[in-house]
Amino acid sequence: MRKHADLIFQLVSLSALVIALAALAALVFDIVSDGAGRLSFQFLTNIASRKPEEAGVYHALMGSIWVIALTGALALPIGVAAAIFLEEYGSRSRMARFIELNISNLAAVPSIIYGLLGLGLFVRLMGMGQSVLAGAATLALLALPVVILSTREALRTVPNSIREGSYALGATKWQTIWNQVLPMALPGVLTGLILALSRAVGETAPLITIGALTYIPFAPDGIWSKFTVLPIQVFNWVSRPQPEFKANAAAGILVLMVLLLSMNAIAIVVRDRQQRRGRI
Amino acid sequence: MTTRTLAPRRARGALSLLKGEWIIERALFLCAALSVLTTAGIIAVLAIETYEFLREVPVLDFLTGTEWTPLFSNQKFGVLPLVAGTMLVSSIAMVVALPMGLLSAIYLSEYSPSGFRRVVKPVLEILAGVPTVVYGYFALMFVTPLLQQVFPTLSGFNALSPGLVMGLMILPLVSSLSEDAMRAVPQGLREGSYALGATRMQTALRVVVPAAFSGITAAFILGVSRAIGETMIVAIAAGQQPRLTGNPFVPIETMTAYIVQVSLGDTPQGTLEYRTIFAVGMLLFVMTFSLNLISTWLRERYREEYA
Repeated sequence: MRKHADLIFQLVSLSALVIALAALAALVFDIVSDGAGRLSFQFLTNIASRKPEEAGVYHALMGSIWVIALTGALALPIGVAAAIFLEEYGSRSRMARFIELNISNLAAVPSIIYGLLGLGLFVRLMGMGQSVLAGAATLALLALPVVILSTREALRTVPNSIREGSYALGATKWQTIWNQVLPMALPGVLTGLILALSRAVGETAPLITIGALTYIPFAPDGIWSKFTVLPIQVFNWVSRPQPEFKANAAAGILVLMVLLLSMNAIAIVVRDRQQRRGRI
Repeated sequence: MTTRTLAPRRARGALSLLKGEWIIERALFLCAALSVLTTAGIIAVLAIETYEFLREVPVLDFLTGTEWTPLFSNQKFGVLPLVAGTMLVSSIAMVVALPMGLLSAIYLSEYSPSGFRRVVKPVLEILAGVPTVVYGYFALMFVTPLLQQVFPTLSGFNALSPGLVMGLMILPLVSSLSEDAMRAVPQGLREGSYALGATRMQTALRVVVPAAFSGITAAFILGVSRAIGETMIVAIAAGQQPRLTGNPFVPIETMTAYIVQVSLGDTPQGTLEYRTIFAVGMLLFVMTFSLNLISTWLRERYREEYA
């Protein structure tokens, strides 16, 4: 009897997992079946249009690439520097504990709140307007907690003997960090960065909030350019009543997912190389 | 500090070296402090605009009013319909995410062979990494039509479908945090339970889950906070009709969806209608931030218990 109950409970628990995975499969199947027919080379190179069959994602794709590249350029140095401070310098001080608590709380602040911050601070107070720079700065703040947490983990995997060896040779603390610790932690840092960026590339709400436009007649040509991004383009298409645009939305999602998967694949390759190097 | 003891021959260079070290440490500190500035910036931006808003709308009218029509000519600024919409969708999401997340965590932590775990956990992570606009599409184009076959009265925009999909989105978070908490329970407790003749189910439900309770609660609270702040799923699939209702079949509007609606519109900056998004944002921030703090506190507790 007890054995039966145990078996049933095990099956019920397993079914929770199976249902979740089945829902994921349904999601992928639904989007591929809706969007694959619309996907073509023209879809990538055409610009947004009022006619659904002529519309493409070129401007949005370019906008996403611009914003994400700039987000990475902003979040990487600041995030790594913050992580180095917390991990190598101040890990026991009261200030560092406070900063840590703050970072873990920031990681759970809804992304739309970052959008309101970007709107008040970057777009209006600093006068950046609805530019690529304002969008990237907003997303960089959003990505920072993730970059900091993953960099700290990467720094923690560097054995202490490396640091001690470097000190023994007369290197200062910063020389040790710059020449020994960081190069060893680099693959872990990059993996974390890519994962943070792959989350940022799918972010829609904060960019809508800072006023990124839903229709843009040009691709960005600099950091002061106005822009739109893939998820906003998808959102725009989903919200239109005509069914033809829904197919465009699904095809746009497929482009977005391919972008995401390739970023994740890079992260996995980097992590794999790091692990192989660690074994030697 | 051992790191700053330098050989005497390098003493002259050492001074500038030390200065450089000092500057670098300050610069690193500033980058770390940026996170505190971010929090301060969020609070400042929201507080200033909310203050301006509350100078024109009494705070009691805002917090207890039952009509929200800032974009109509007959303006009413009662936020309760938006709060009700948020609560309705979040509750549906948690009804899905809590039991399913907990059960899958129990399976992964107590039953599954480790090879199975290694395959399933990354797939669950994919579920957590899907952009929310994709979930929105899924809710509107797949789940809603499916549900309409079961409930013919279900409106095209409703709280039920985005709620269910949001639950699916939050499930991996609840599952992975609960699993962490359960795995932190010392093996000795399980062995003691088995030695008394308990089955795995009895051990899981009467020993492991109670022992990991604060961690599981922390996961649950973080899930609620994520649900309250989730934006695109509800902006796409729940509608734009602020309504004080508990009925999951009709269109509603959440706090987050309202912010998106105004951001997409052509409301001029600096007007009262425009400031409403900051006031709503402030409320949202206060709600999620306090939930996050409670969750962090609970997680610290279970870490201490079994450290």
